[in-house]
Amino acid sequence: MAYLLTLVTFLPTAGAVLVLLLPRRQEGITKRVALVTTIVTFVVSLPVYFAFNPTSADYQFVEQRAWIPSLGVTYHLGVDGISVLLVLLTTFLMPLLLLSSWTSVESRWKEFAITMLLLETGMLGVFVALDLFLFYVFWEAMLIPMYLIIGVWGGPNRIYAAIKFILYTLAGSLLMLVAILVLYFQHGAATNTYTFDLPVLARFVLPGGLTQDLLFLAFAVAFAIKVPMFPFHTWLPDAHVEAPTAGSVILAAVLLKMGTYGFLRFCLPLFPQASLHFAPWIFALSVIGIIYGAWVSTVQPDIKKLVAYSSVSHLGFVVLGLFSLTPQGLVGGIIQMVNHGLSTGALFLMVGMIYERRHSRLIADFGGLWKVIPAFSALFLIVCLSSLGLPGLNGFVGEFLILLGAFQVDRLAAVLATTGIIFAAVYLLWMYQRVCFGEVTSEANRRLTDLTPREWAVLLPVLLFIVWIGVYPTTFTAMTEPSVQALIAQVQSKAQATSAMLIPR
Amino acid sequence: MNPPLVLPPVDLRPILPMLVLAVTAGLVLVLDLVPPRDRKDHLGFISALGVVATLVVTYWMTFATGGAELRAFRGMVVLDGYALFFNIVIGYATGLVLLLSMDYMRREGVESGEFYILVLLSALGMMLMASAGDLIIVFLGLETMSISLYVLAGFFRTRLEAGEASMKYFLIGAFASGFFLYGIALVFGATGSTNLDRIANAVTAGAGKDPMLAIGLGLLLVGFGFKISSVPFHMWAPDVYEGAPTSVAAFIATGSKAAAFAALLRVLLTAVRGAPVDWPMLLWVVAALTMTVGNVVALAQLNLKRMLAYSSIAHVGYMLVGVVAGGPLGNGSVLFYLLVYTFTTAGAFGAILVLERAGQEAVRLEDFGGLATRHPLVAVALSIFLLSLIGIPPTAGFVGKFYLFGAAVKTGYVWLAVIGVLNSAAAAYYYLRLIVYMYMREPEGAPTLMPPSLSGALALVVALWGVVQLGVAPGPLFDLAQAAVLPLLR
Repeated sequence: MAYLLTLVTFLPTAGAVLVLLLPRRQEGITKRVALVTTIVTFVVSLPVYFAFNPTSADYQFVEQRAWIPSLGVTYHLGVDGISVLLVLLTTFLMPLLLLSSWTSVESRWKEFAITMLLLETGMLGVFVALDLFLFYVFWEAMLIPMYLIIGVWGGPNRIYAAIKFILYTLAGSLLMLVAILVLYFQHGAATNTYTFDLPVLARFVLPGGLTQDLLFLAFAVAFAIKVPMFPFHTWLPDAHVEAPTAGSVILAAVLLKMGTYGFLRFCLPLFPQASLHFAPWIFALSVIGIIYGAWVSTVQPDIKKLVAYSSVSHLGFVVLGLFSLTPQGLVGGIIQMVNHGLSTGALFLMVGMIYERRHSRLIADFGGLWKVIPAFSALFLIVCLSSLGLPGLNGFVGEFLILLGAFQVDRLAAVLATTGIIFAAVYLLWMYQRVCFGEVTSEANRRLTDLTPREWAVLLPVLLFIVWIGVYPTTFTAMTEPSVQALIAQVQSKAQATSAMLIPR
Repeated sequence: MNPPLVLPPVDLRPILPMLVLAVTAGLVLVLDLVPPRDRKDHLGFISALGVVATLVVTYWMTFATGGAELRAFRGMVVLDGYALFFNIVIGYATGLVLLLSMDYMRREGVESGEFYILVLLSALGMMLMASAGDLIIVFLGLETMSISLYVLAGFFRTRLEAGEASMKYFLIGAFASGFFLYGIALVFGATGSTNLDRIANAVTAGAGKDPMLAIGLGLLLVGFGFKISSVPFHMWAPDVYEGAPTSVAAFIATGSKAAAFAALLRVLLTAVRGAPVDWPMLLWVVAALTMTVGNVVALAQLNLKRMLAYSSIAHVGYMLVGVVAGGPLGNGSVLFYLLVYTFTTAGAFGAILVLERAGQEAVRLEDFGGLATRHPLVAVALSIFLLSLIGIPPTAGFVGKFYLFGAAVKTGYVWLAVIGVLNSAAAAYYYLRLIVYMYMREPEGAPTLMPPSLSGALALVVALWGVVQLGVAPGPLFDLAQAAVLPLLR
């Protein structure tokens, strides 16, 4: 167990090397090797769930070794209740994504497999790294595979979308790099131990005031771009729409979570006072994002774009929950990260399936699909309902907890955010109605085939968890609660300690 | 009866690495005259072996002396950990350039023995600059290096651009030398010596207040500014890089810059440390301008050699950030970055020069369309070099920038670090554009070919090894770099 997290993180890289050595002509073997690698990674990652001690708030499966001793950089991995579900979400989705790309990715499967596997390592690394330097390495390194996935296997406007994606995220994260360095030297100067170790830095009480505010903002902008929060969201529709299905799902399910995870893991514990100081602003931006994302979704003619904008709205809920700094809000936020990964991931998968058949994503091109492909339409309905928060499915649990948390802090924000759920029903159900109900409007749609066994295999595991979380969320929320409580206690005690230092703002 | 002439014992150890290079150059010079006269491959290999021997000697001396200072010729030449570190940088630069040149120069039809000799002699000048304990030796090294490079830059004799490159480089280089020499004269006038240690003593003793010293230092900085191509003395770089053979452009970008930085840092850190001139403030502005101008203009370049020229200007800006920050961390990170930059840039130029299209060098952006499908390995290698130039982990470029900006933050130059990272983000655009061409576009027109070249492939492998190794395990060499500057800061 000592090397469990290293094994999980770097198994995909090993698979990528293996794929690299395979001859290009053997496409079938390439696909299978990549798929088996991700399945093995998922299986290996299961102990992270089963051997996880849900009553402890500490980091578990910790590994720590010196890496660059002169700088105090360590190779420090570990998971706690905040990251464990995200690690599992990532390893769970990857095999499904490769399976969903089986026929939809038509060229350069070898490169595609390598890129996806390297991307998996990067994403897992972000979630398990407990050293700021190591975290930053994974955070940046992961951009390149994503950039290639959008740019090489994407739609017609892919190059623009890929460049926009990477420049946006790079600009944000480079500012975070400066902030990391400032934090490092401030901590070093104050304590005489120079380290990038997150648990150590998180115990350090940074003086309040301008410095902490600026550091918080540098981190927050990097994460806000990734989430993306209004008004940093403009890269998202382009990237989502142009990316291939697997890329869109990864973006929605995992990459966006890195932003919210970053807020939770870094902004709150490192800069508690600034977090409290800026919380009202973040609340405001979240609520704007929730409502704006929903409104813009409503008028989209393209299903994929509609789902993309709905992400802005859903992630607004997550940030709202996190910055409510209440146990309910935080647990809801974490579970909603997973929910959004499942629901929106499934939406993108299904949009991809219909696109593969019809080569169109325009709502106007469809109609009456229920009559032609009932199984697809039925599953699509379940996924839409889960996304809009129908009780009994997963989305409801997360959004309810978030609103519960937000209501204790800011009633107006909670009330306004609730309208986001109503609008979600509007845009999703209206879209569903136009696509699946009514008469078959286009002759091309009459010949569509229903779900293939491979597609069932992709969707059923996701649906299983959509229902599971909706019916019995405790399986998952119980793991997060101790860490959430500990985080809130830490933020509040540190914020008090900062105030007690009596430094005028 | 006259007393017997007593020659002072000369310790040759401080110039041992340079001696190896000089002997190799002499050997190649002789071998060039004997058969086989029609093939020059063996000369290239002998030169490369000489460079390897120089590197071995350098490494050996680093561990044998532990970086202790050796002096010769009345303190005119100093071989300390600092000089040895630069010998490593220059050695790698020279070795990579030689390997890259062998098949390339034959392909271009200008293979000759002089080429290798000039590269070796130029490297000799560079190492001399790194070991200089006296302004006169700095100048001597500078001229040895530059004159060889002027010839090398014009090696494609029949091409118009080569003439322009050589002429421009020579004229501007001569200007720079003039400024530099005048600076030496004024410093000598103010302090009464050209020896760096004696200048330092005079400066602390009161000569620092002499305005002549400030003017002399300013002129020296102008001379160095030309050589490292910092704004506003950067105008020559793109034209020279474009007209010079690509491998020579790589040499100018890596070796000559490393040598100029070596002398610049030594002068700033030892000779004029006590002078009441606020040179960090001056260099702050120069650093910010250099990286911004380099990156902004690079955005508009469609010729890769010109693009890399502006990119090299921008990287000088980043390195100046380390100079401004100062201290063991700041100066150590400059040394480390020069090593990183040598592998990265030599690799990038190398990946370009191993390709050709329709009998021409593939230097235009569109020559790289769809390269990933035709030559996947070169495309991957070039991409890794470009990612290192952007500073994406886990490449060496990231660690190098991390140290540089870290040093700036440590000494309170946070805003300079912010300017630096914003520049890095802007620079990502033009490096990524090349990756876009290689991976996201289809090949058009005449195919881009890769003539087989074993030495070229070897050079790329060495450069890749450097970029990856310094990115994943930067600790040992960074500690070496930091240990190298420590004695200078005492």
